[in-house]
Amino acid sequence: MDKTPNTTPRQSSTFDDYTLSEIRRAAATGIYDIRGGGAKRSLPHFDDLLFLGASMSRYPLEGYREKCTTNVVLGTRHAKKPIELDIPITIAGMSFGSLSGPAKESLGRGATMAGTSTTTGDGGMTEEERGHSKTLVYQYLPSRYGMNPDDLRRADAVEMVVGQGAKPGGGGMLLGQKISDRVASMRNLPAGIDQRSACRHPDWTGPDDLEIKILELREITDWQIPVFVKVGGARPYYDVALAVKAGADVIVLDGMQGGTAATQEVFIEHVGQPTLACIRPAVQALQDLGMHRKVQLIISGGIRNGADVAKALALGADAVSIGTAALVAIGDNDPRWAKEYEALGSAAGCYDDWHEGQDPAGITTQDPELMKRLDPEIAGRRLANYLNVLTLEAQTIARACGKNNIHNLEPEDLCALTVEAAAMAGVPLAGTQWIPGQQSY
Amino acid sequence: MEYDITATGIRGLNEKLHAEPADSSQNWNVVNPNGAHAIAVGLNAPLNVSINGSTGYYCAGMNKLASVKVHGSVGPGAAENMMSGSLTVDGDASQYAGASGHGGLLNIKGNASSRCGISMKGINIVVHGNIGHMSAFMAQSGNLVVLGDAGDALGDSLYEARLFVRGEVKSLGADCIEKPMREEHIAFLAELLNEAGADATPDQFKRYGSARELYHFNIDNASAY
Repeated sequence: MDKTPNTTPRQSSTFDDYTLSEIRRAAATGIYDIRGGGAKRSLPHFDDLLFLGASMSRYPLEGYREKCTTNVVLGTRHAKKPIELDIPITIAGMSFGSLSGPAKESLGRGATMAGTSTTTGDGGMTEEERGHSKTLVYQYLPSRYGMNPDDLRRADAVEMVVGQGAKPGGGGMLLGQKISDRVASMRNLPAGIDQRSACRHPDWTGPDDLEIKILELREITDWQIPVFVKVGGARPYYDVALAVKAGADVIVLDGMQGGTAATQEVFIEHVGQPTLACIRPAVQALQDLGMHRKVQLIISGGIRNGADVAKALALGADAVSIGTAALVAIGDNDPRWAKEYEALGSAAGCYDDWHEGQDPAGITTQDPELMKRLDPEIAGRRLANYLNVLTLEAQTIARACGKNNIHNLEPEDLCALTVEAAAMAGVPLAGTQWIPGQQSY
Repeated sequence: MEYDITATGIRGLNEKLHAEPADSSQNWNVVNPNGAHAIAVGLNAPLNVSINGSTGYYCAGMNKLASVKVHGSVGPGAAENMMSGSLTVDGDASQYAGASGHGGLLNIKGNASSRCGISMKGINIVVHGNIGHMSAFMAQSGNLVVLGDAGDALGDSLYEARLFVRGEVKSLGADCIEKPMREEHIAFLAELLNEAGADATPDQFKRYGSARELYHFNIDNASAY
């Protein structure tokens, strides 16, 4: 033997390349990493569920000829004017300030073409958004940036934001480089300074207070518009029950894949529950209170295609909401900007430093030159196309399950590929009748 | 116009007040409030509303243009997010008085509890008595004037709001410091005290404001996040 053979160098699963790079980055800078993009680790998700489709015991509908309705009404509990949407897919709240004016206009245009709603965010309501959104939900956030009664009165619904999936329990930070004169003016703060978004509301502290707060919003709007309550995926059973008790017309439940909020990486990846795990407890809470379908449930966080839409509805949601996917549809992370993403130390498809304001696509920026790259008419059309595809895909699945209304999808139409997904979704493991946590096998 | 809340309910009152023409300066006399919540909220005309008794949460919330007077005390969140006009309170105010207010005058003749002026965005608040802890937390702009004492952590994480206190301050919050009273502050304060009918002179006050050291999360590493 000339030489003792070496073993192949072995990468640690615990200390993988990403982990090592993060340790080095932290050691070099002394600050944690902040990013958007939602949880990026592999999580139990809708891909772990399958539809069973029609067979001997189910009668399918003809895929192209028989009607499968998709419309949904949100806010039927108390509001004099509930929101009526053609499709059960809404655009999630994202702030002006975080997003550019053209991006907000694009979202409004696309949502309106597709017959659905869009939502403001932390920073107030812009004319671009109101003017191009047939149905606009006005978020009411802890910071109250840009909050004023005139905009409240011209909103089609108000959404009380208690939390969001990327950071349940956390506030936010919009860095100074995105605080243009216009953004600063809307937020009553000096331009160029970091702006903190509080983690809790300034004038109520719990569900009993929230009930009174919602009463105030209803009185201001003469009980005309629905009141949504948005919660992050933390304790969905109790959060939903308390939101119902507080008087919500609609509950928006955002799982940890909800990605448009920028916050600490450690927060995004380690606080909150996956979207899939949130739905069943939320629906159970509504059913236990006799309020399922009376208080509508909107699910968000990682919705990507019509199958995700159909699965969320089958598990009991009334609608879903999209944020990250909508930004991608209008051009975010597009390969056409690959070189510029690389120059920022990222890559097309991976870029998540949305808070830094240097987005080559002109979407998550306030840089006038970058914003010019986004044509709201073209981007709006792209979003409408994408929403239409989601709807067609969900309809295709619903018809295959024998449903002439997309909301007739039900848990019995589903099975799970993994034990974890079966337990979370409350549907049988594929090939069995076993629902972990509910029955013994 | 007179309105009895106990007899007719809060919803009817707010609907009638909202139905007033945009330029109406009608006088409204509200009786038997009995601590009801959301009295006279979302007003949008230069009305004169007099409430005879104490109110619950969010009295005059999101007020615009109207002059509201409470002959009693107010619950939490009085004049929250007020845009303009005024709310005058003869008695005391509970938590979060004037929270996130954008404009107008909140004039509290008694004391105000904790978090008075939290997240204020341009409102002027005059408290003739004392204020509780964490007042003016994350206050962005506007003026908070206190003729009495202030509790713990006054002005924590303050932005550009100006705080004037005549009495003792138990402690200042993060990034809040005492600042000199310049001529412009004395002149402004004299005007505001006069408007509020306060028995005090500007020279009796100390001014507090932001040290502006929290304006960037960590400036040494700003490019890293």
